[in-house]
Amino acid sequence: MYFDSFQAAMAMGGHGVYVWSAYGITALVIAQLVLWPSARKKRLVAELRGEQRRRAGASQETGQSDRESS
Amino acid sequence: MWSFFHKLGSPPWLYRISGSILRWLLPLAVLGLVVGVLWGLLYTAPDFRQGNSYRIMYIHVPAAVVALAGYYVMAIAGAINLIWRMKIADVAMLAAAPVGAALTFVALVTGAIWGKPTWGTWWVWDARITSMLILLFLYLGVIALYEAYDNKTAASRACAVLALVGTVNIPIIYKSVDWWYSLHQPASIKFTGGSTIDPSMLYPLLLCIVSFYALFTCALLANMRVAILDRERRTGWVQRLVEEGG
Repeated sequence: MYFDSFQAAMAMGGHGVYVWSAYGITALVIAQLVLWPSARKKRLVAELRGEQRRRAGASQETGQSDRESS
Repeated sequence: MWSFFHKLGSPPWLYRISGSILRWLLPLAVLGLVVGVLWGLLYTAPDFRQGNSYRIMYIHVPAAVVALAGYYVMAIAGAINLIWRMKIADVAMLAAAPVGAALTFVALVTGAIWGKPTWGTWWVWDARITSMLILLFLYLGVIALYEAYDNKTAASRACAVLALVGTVNIPIIYKSVDWWYSLHQPASIKFTGGSTIDPSMLYPLLLCIVSFYALFTCALLANMRVAILDRERRTGWVQRLVEEGG
């Protein structure tokens, strides 16, 4: 390791604020890039499942098949 | 060869294969980035002129490099969509835009933070930085243009045209540090001739660049998968997938 102590690694000879804030912002953006699609996918699957349930409920009342096309 | 292109046009196949790619590529990309970043941050010597602030390079350069590569993906996908009307190309173009925008944003912000201790200013309107800002606006423009149309086929074509026109900006970004007098330093890594970077700094940087490419691929595929599910929501295979739990 280049730095002698944790404090030295944090300070980076006065440049610590710049370096660590740059890495912090980058980490946040990358986390968003990874998490955002999976959150949208979960929401979409939940929405489609809700549609399926409603259709199944409706077809039980009218006595029709819930799968019009497949 | 042709059967591959045929399969590429098949949404269920693409959905399945991208899922299995993501399962190993995403952990690998994250691991590579963590190792590369810690290596660059803690196990390399400081730059003899810039001191420790140069360590921002290990994320700034990969973000900028992949932000440019992402524009190729978006523009080429747009061209394929215009010429062959391939639906999957349209999905790829729109999936690349937010990822490219995010990486361009990272390149600009980390560049500004690096500029303060190094050049004494957060921002200058020089050629490299201004052309990167235009790149950000091109990405955001494609996203906004798509949202602005109700007719999504027309929206995709307009976006593809914008993406293609915007490629003019790409060689300007590459050459900006050579063509104009600039605060921004020229490239230190060259494919032809000698690089002006020490190997001890080059290896962690290369690992970070490869990891950013892998992360871009993961985010692109993940966005494409959501778009495929959304567009194919009425088909049997998506309905079965939802029944099985996504």
